[in-house]
Amino acid sequence: MWFRRLLAVFSLLVPLVLLAIAVFLTYYAWPAIHYNGLDFLWRETWNIGNQYANPVHRHGETVMPGARFGILFLIVGTLGSAFLALLMAFPLGLGAALFLSEVVPHRFGHLVSFFVELLAGIPSVVFGLWGIVFLIPFLGHHIFPVLAGMFPFIPFLARPTGSGYGLLTSSLVLCLMIVPFIAATLRDALRSQSTEMREAGISLGATRFEVATRILLPGQKTALVGATMLAFGRALGETMAVLMVSGNALNYLPHNIYSPISTMAAFIVAQLDSALADPTGMAMRSLAEIAVLLLVISFIINGAARLLIGTLKEHTL
Amino acid sequence: MSGIRAVHPPRPSPGWIRYRRIKSAIGWALAGTALLILSVAMVQILLYVFLKGFHSLTPKIFTEDTVGVGGGLRNAILGTALLSGSAMILSALIGVAAGLYLSEFGEGRLGSLTRFLSDVLVGVPSIVLGFVGYVILTVWLRWQFSLAAGAITLAVLMLPYIVRSTELALRRVASGIRESAYALGCRDHQVVFKVLLKAAAPGIGTGILLALAISAGETAPLLYTAGWSNYGWSGHLIHEPVAYLTYVIWSFIGEPFHSAHALAYVAAFLITFVILLINLLARFLIASSPHSRL
Repeated sequence: MWFRRLLAVFSLLVPLVLLAIAVFLTYYAWPAIHYNGLDFLWRETWNIGNQYANPVHRHGETVMPGARFGILFLIVGTLGSAFLALLMAFPLGLGAALFLSEVVPHRFGHLVSFFVELLAGIPSVVFGLWGIVFLIPFLGHHIFPVLAGMFPFIPFLARPTGSGYGLLTSSLVLCLMIVPFIAATLRDALRSQSTEMREAGISLGATRFEVATRILLPGQKTALVGATMLAFGRALGETMAVLMVSGNALNYLPHNIYSPISTMAAFIVAQLDSALADPTGMAMRSLAEIAVLLLVISFIINGAARLLIGTLKEHTL
Repeated sequence: MSGIRAVHPPRPSPGWIRYRRIKSAIGWALAGTALLILSVAMVQILLYVFLKGFHSLTPKIFTEDTVGVGGGLRNAILGTALLSGSAMILSALIGVAAGLYLSEFGEGRLGSLTRFLSDVLVGVPSIVLGFVGYVILTVWLRWQFSLAAGAITLAVLMLPYIVRSTELALRRVASGIRESAYALGCRDHQVVFKVLLKAAAPGIGTGILLALAISAGETAPLLYTAGWSNYGWSGHLIHEPVAYLTYVIWSFIGEPFHSAHALAYVAAFLITFVILLINLLARFLIASSPHSRL
């Protein structure tokens, strides 16, 4: 029995680590949560105050004069970029999964899927580098002006197209980062459907495409929804790649699809230095409040997705 | 007496059939295009990073430390190996033990709680882990930017992957093997060490390698915990910042100097190459094992 107890102690470490993360982060962020109040979510400006004045006391906290913290622009940027990324990644991932599971011969298919899944292994920061050096000049000079020229009547697609750093670029990079996950999950879900289902469909006179989309896919609705939720969660929390290609907008709401944005995760890195410069520490604690929010969001999304699709399989790791 | 009439299903018209065939063909074409787009993007990114990086690769990279925004990457290469290596050891010790518990004795409440929470921990953004590492290790424990702070933060990041892949690998070991071992009079720890871990070794190893690959490519958890240093590691666990490759990529590509860009390209090439290599090794390990298959 002693051995089982020993293993149980190690197993207990996982909940404990998560608990420690939540408790310490909330504890550290508490002065900011108290100072900023609920307005934190709706206010449009992040202002760490006058750094050359003497600290003042407001709402029972010590802050620099004029310090106001709001992250509405970050929430818009985070949700906007993640949603756009999902909008592109979902059809791409679904199409690739259908083709891989139903068309490509199994033996060859393993190779192709592995190849596509390698895309998920490329580090975020390398995506960011590729984004800065290749994607941004390419999009900014060749694609965005054409896109804006084609649809001048659609407000969020119209000019100005900016420098290439911005919402659409971030979404494209995010899309490439989450698509392998969607494709791999859906491919396995489709594969797991029995051959009898396919045979029954074919014998009813359905084409193979109809079998795949009308019979196999509806049977895997939960996997579809779960994978989409998890992919959305990943896009929300992605840091480095977005940090490098988003344009790091500060106190600025995007007015079209090319506008510079920033996301909650990227902002924590981008503002670290200036937050550390705040002698009252309120800026750091407000960054911690953003981290708390990210933690809560990831708890909700991952918890819900896991309750929906059950436990983890290998490729979703 | 009412006779039974055969009901013929309505025969689809040839036009309807043709319409459906065309629709299906278009559907497959779109699906194939999606796969093609992904493959092209993949090849483009890899080729771009490899060509750019390979172009700037010199022997100096491996023999010299970073000087300002020039010099080599010896400190960063060693730092990445140190950070990810020690994180892997730490995380594998805890993670394999926890995975063992989940697969062998984890049917109860603690088991399902750990399983669920480790799935949740996988989804926690790495920057959040980095920030918490900063708050607890760097500031509260006064370790400052250090190897210990960076490695522990990375270990937490890797932990859920190792826990869950270990559990899955062990679950694939046939239960008859366990029963035979117990029937021969083995105790729990003998079953685990002499039978289960051996049988599931390739699967567990694959999980650990994949987690290692993930940790090697991480930047966000290290920015707040490991810091950056222009010097090689001198042996202090705490109070001494450590360099790592991903920092070079992020930081140096923003500098207006050719030498800085060259270092960023090389760092990207090295880290991507190593990660792909680890991924290939992991697949090879699992494919070559007789007991389990990915």
